[in-house]
Amino acid sequence: MRKSKSLSALTFLAIGLFLLGLSNFVDELRVYQGAQIAVYVIAISSIILLTGYSGQISLGHGALMAIGGYAAVLSYTYWHLPFLLAFTVGALAAALGGFILGMAAARLSGPYLAGTTLALAVGLPSLANQFHILGGEQGLSFDIGEAPKWISNKTGGDFTQYKWFFWVSVVCALATIWFIKNLLQSRFGRTWRAVRGNPSAAALSGINIGRSKVLAFTVSSTLAGLAGALLAMLLGLVAPMAFTLTLSFTLVTGAVLAGVTNLAGSIVGAVVLVGIPEFTDAVATHLGGSEKISANLPGLITSVLLILTVIFMPNGPKLHKRKKVTN
Amino acid sequence: MSALEVSNLSINHGAIVAVRKLSFTVEKGQLAAIIGSNGAGKTTLLRALSGLIPASEGTATWKGKSLLGQKPENLVRSGVAHVSEGKSVIPELNVKENLALGGIWRKDKKDVAIATEEVLELFPRLRERLQQSADTLSGGERQMLAIGRALIARPDLLLLDEPSLGLAPLIIEQIFEAVNQLRHRLGLTVLLVEQNAMSALKIADVGIIINVGTLVTSGQSKELLADANLRAAYLGY
Amino acid sequence: MLFIDTLLIGLSSGAIYALMALALVLVWRSTRVVNFAQAGQAILSTYLGYEVMNMTHNYWVSIPFAILGGAAIAAFVDGVIMRALVKRSHKGSVSEIAPVIATLGLLGLIRSLTGMIWGNAYLQYTSPLSGKGYMIGQHTIPFSPQNLIIVIGALLVMGVFAAIFKFTNLGLALRAASFQPEISRLAGIRVDRIRTIGWAFAGAAGAVAGALVTPTTYLSPNSLDLLLVSGFVAAVIGGLDSLIGAVLGGLLLGVGFAFILQYIGTSVTFSAAFIILILVLFMRPRGILGSKGGRRDA
Ligand SMILES: Nc1ncnc2c1ncn2[C@@H]1O[C@H](COP(=O)(O)OP(=O)(O)OP(=O)(O)O)[C@@H](O)[C@H]1O
Ligand SMILES: [Mg+2]
Repeated sequence: MRKSKSLSALTFLAIGLFLLGLSNFVDELRVYQGAQIAVYVIAISSIILLTGYSGQISLGHGALMAIGGYAAVLSYTYWHLPFLLAFTVGALAAALGGFILGMAAARLSGPYLAGTTLALAVGLPSLANQFHILGGEQGLSFDIGEAPKWISNKTGGDFTQYKWFFWVSVVCALATIWFIKNLLQSRFGRTWRAVRGNPSAAALSGINIGRSKVLAFTVSSTLAGLAGALLAMLLGLVAPMAFTLTLSFTLVTGAVLAGVTNLAGSIVGAVVLVGIPEFTDAVATHLGGSEKISANLPGLITSVLLILTVIFMPNGPKLHKRKKVTN
Repeated sequence: MSALEVSNLSINHGAIVAVRKLSFTVEKGQLAAIIGSNGAGKTTLLRALSGLIPASEGTATWKGKSLLGQKPENLVRSGVAHVSEGKSVIPELNVKENLALGGIWRKDKKDVAIATEEVLELFPRLRERLQQSADTLSGGERQMLAIGRALIARPDLLLLDEPSLGLAPLIIEQIFEAVNQLRHRLGLTVLLVEQNAMSALKIADVGIIINVGTLVTSGQSKELLADANLRAAYLGY
Repeated sequence: MLFIDTLLIGLSSGAIYALMALALVLVWRSTRVVNFAQAGQAILSTYLGYEVMNMTHNYWVSIPFAILGGAAIAAFVDGVIMRALVKRSHKGSVSEIAPVIATLGLLGLIRSLTGMIWGNAYLQYTSPLSGKGYMIGQHTIPFSPQNLIIVIGALLVMGVFAAIFKFTNLGLALRAASFQPEISRLAGIRVDRIRTIGWAFAGAAGAVAGALVTPTTYLSPNSLDLLLVSGFVAAVIGGLDSLIGAVLGGLLLGVGFAFILQYIGTSVTFSAAFIILILVLFMRPRGILGSKGGRRDA
């Protein structure tokens, strides 16, 4: 057990070094997309953790990301925290939001939870217009600056800001996956699986279902908050339009594409999500299509993918469930 | 050729084989009692005959036409009515509405009215409670309502799943009596599933005894009742 | 005076929420799915109405087309996509969240499609009725002829639905099929078909909501998203299972919003929806007159 753990830590380290090295050999755009993928990986894993392992659905993770993003930017701007600490503040703020939401969620079943989180996704970003400090529609700008000298000097060459974003995101993403993997193998992970598999049996064996669900929601929200802070970093700002309903839907799509119980799949999901706009741009320019087409093609493809996955591969990506035994 | 022919019929629930290579026949106008203990596969059998679940092998024909692979809503229209286990009424609707459901698809509205009137004569307790929600009926009244609704479809094959379930002996007798009357009057063929072997075999022409999904024996109900071995092993008295 | 004004404006928006809630409840009762695509279906049918109005220059003519369109879209959605998926999910071969996710996908699909066809810009779908408030003496109340027609239209829809459900065989079949599908099938009801008709009714209600409310705002691919949330909250207030509850929930929510808007400020409405939802879920988990079958896990 111990051995396999240190082994997997080594694997993660190796993957990280490989990716960071890779960033020297591809162009700026790819580096930026790489960073996007890493951020999506975190966000999608947070949903996989929630839906795949704890059996709760959330359409409101875009809103939790918004909490993370805003909290990070505010603490960075007003408290002048180092950006990593600001990210932590973002994650913790989202954790708090998730904890409260989780308290409600633990008492709700399917449709109510879906609708409640949907209401959050629609409602929360608009709060930005109400409080002056949140910067209204324009939002707040966010610039974490260049990479520190001790890093950029060592690697030599020109260490662009995008590359720095990439480094930060990749390290966070790997840490996230590593964390979730270990969490799922821990007592908590087993509890979640037990609750998801058979709630009444779990309750009979002394598991506090409510607490276990709230915990899952809180952890998932923490990760979503981190992803939100990272997204703010990539965009250079936080604004309501960065955390729309579409973002929440996109994340669910990513999780479904990944297979809701397949953590490694989150990478596939993230790559697809980042790849879609790229692909559709190419198609749209090729067709010489109008702005109407190009603006809506990514959404169209994402939605169609989502529907097709749910219809044709509900078991590939693991939406599968044990056979219900009636009677 | 018999009216109802079941031959070599097997039905699975996933990996569980609930009915295994079952064969029996019932003549037109007969009342056949299907007897077996809990989990014998009686409900499963009826559900397959009325199209609710698929069979995995074998055949079942009614008047020469296959019952298998058809939708229940279409089978009702061709005269096969199934009163499912546990008072097959819709508790959210009132008695009148529940009865109306029985004839909802029928074109001949005049005959629906006549059939409804007949049911109300057969079960006068329903007439007093037409506006009452089915939810508030007693167990016996619900069973009457369920059977009544089935009759309004003017079936010629009636599948009854444990109408006696949870009812007092007196009520059971009333219901059995009504069923017996009906089939003589209307020429109905009835498949009556029962654990209550004694009362069922008393009104039945033939008995079919099954155990864990397989046929134990079938025959004239009088002979079955007289067979001491059977009585001890399967009829429970 | 202010009180009455607020009440009136609340009734008008409440009528729209009620229609949306009705649509969600109709589908939920028969299919056990919260149809998030409802907002998309409604917007698509409103665009249809918009097109018809551009051709005929007559708002009143466009409404029936929007309604028929809404019903047809809903029937298509159920018949082609949802029916099979819902069946598989009830059987347990597909997770129970699959149908809900499919409705999300549909919402996204319809939004993108409408965006492709009509663009994301705000369009005007105008009614010949004035949007200006009635004058009572010297005082202009914030309740316009269009608001009046919204209330009348919504009441009309509800009346027609109530009559169908209560007095017709179709209504009886719709109720039976949503309460007890299996027993209904044994009674000879073609449950699949009836369910699709239920979806069509829901689509029609959503279309009415879209066609009535859009002249007071604007038309864009996501201009009804908020209505989806309000409709859902209203449905939950009403217990999610009850048609009358949906109507009452919608009206209550509309009036509640109007007062919040009046006395607290416009910017909190969205968050207010969320807070009201949470409050209702905690305090009246079955809604004001929801039936049995709780919303909490067992
Ligand atoms: N939906 C189902 N899924 C899995 N197994 C089932 C299902 N329905 C029935 N079974 C199994 O099939 C067998 C036969 O069940 P069935 O309900 O047909 O028995 P029965 O003879 O009607 O019993 P009872 O007298 O108790 O009603 C039982 O072992 C039961 O557990
Ligand atoms: Mg049985």
